[in-house]
Amino acid sequence: MVLAPADRAAVLALWRKLGTNVGIYTTEALERTFVAFPSSKAYFLHLNLSPGSAQVRAHGQKVADALTLAVNHLDDLPRTLSALRELHTHKLRVDPVFFKLLCHCQLVTLARHYPGDFSPNMHASLVKFLNHVISALAPSSG
Amino acid sequence: MPNGVNKGAVTAFWGKVKVDEVGAESLGRLLVVYPWTQRFFESFGDLSTAEAVFGNAKVKAHGKKVLDSFSEGLNHLDDLKGAFASLSELHCDKLHVDPENFKLLGNVLVVVLARHFGKEFTPELQAEFQKVVTGVANALAHRYH
Repeated sequence: MVLAPADRAAVLALWRKLGTNVGIYTTEALERTFVAFPSSKAYFLHLNLSPGSAQVRAHGQKVADALTLAVNHLDDLPRTLSALRELHTHKLRVDPVFFKLLCHCQLVTLARHYPGDFSPNMHASLVKFLNHVISALAPSSG
Repeated sequence: MPNGVNKGAVTAFWGKVKVDEVGAESLGRLLVVYPWTQRFFESFGDLSTAEAVFGNAKVKAHGKKVLDSFSEGLNHLDDLKGAFASLSELHCDKLHVDPENFKLLGNVLVVVLARHFGKEFTPELQAEFQKVVTGVANALAHRYH
């Protein structure tokens, strides 16, 4: 319902290919976000942000788990992600711009590691998927 | 100049970029991933599918043109507003392109560079290019301010 069948199939196929390595790529996406957009570190001052940090890796894995949950519940993202929305919006008060930066860096990471799979159509499907995740996490981001 | 861009790193890397290919791919991906951008290219013919976009000779040619301008801009990182003044006038005053689209294309370019260069496109190099694409987008949007 949220994603057209072709987009859904593309994202699911990629996720199957990533297998248990999703955490590696979400961690790299986080690292890229910190380096390219340093103001994003403001949300993580309680963590050791040096390269290779175990704490960043742990957070990367949490992000990976949430994205995998989203991939498996595409018909019901708002409800599936409601607790995370509560946390990020009301408790952590994350500016939705940060999610867009992280998603951009996620695309960069996937393009870098899977150049052959990252076709224009895959790129488009991923953008739609990530935009739906952002909408579910930060509804006021429009 | 964009805040503290490592000029040396950027120009050294750019020397390896196949501008024609990367330009065509970046414009093509913009048109596929952000379909509203097709409205500026109605004279290009069929853009209805990714296959049509990527087979379109006008898209290839225009993508090359866009990236040639970007390349030229890299020689003027100290004065991007000056370097892009006439293009800003064209895009803003004549073509009425929403400046948000310059940022979108900049980010698509970054993704395309990552796809082509893999490991070499390190987080640090990405950071330099993010500064450059932001600087170029701002310079192109200058006429709106």
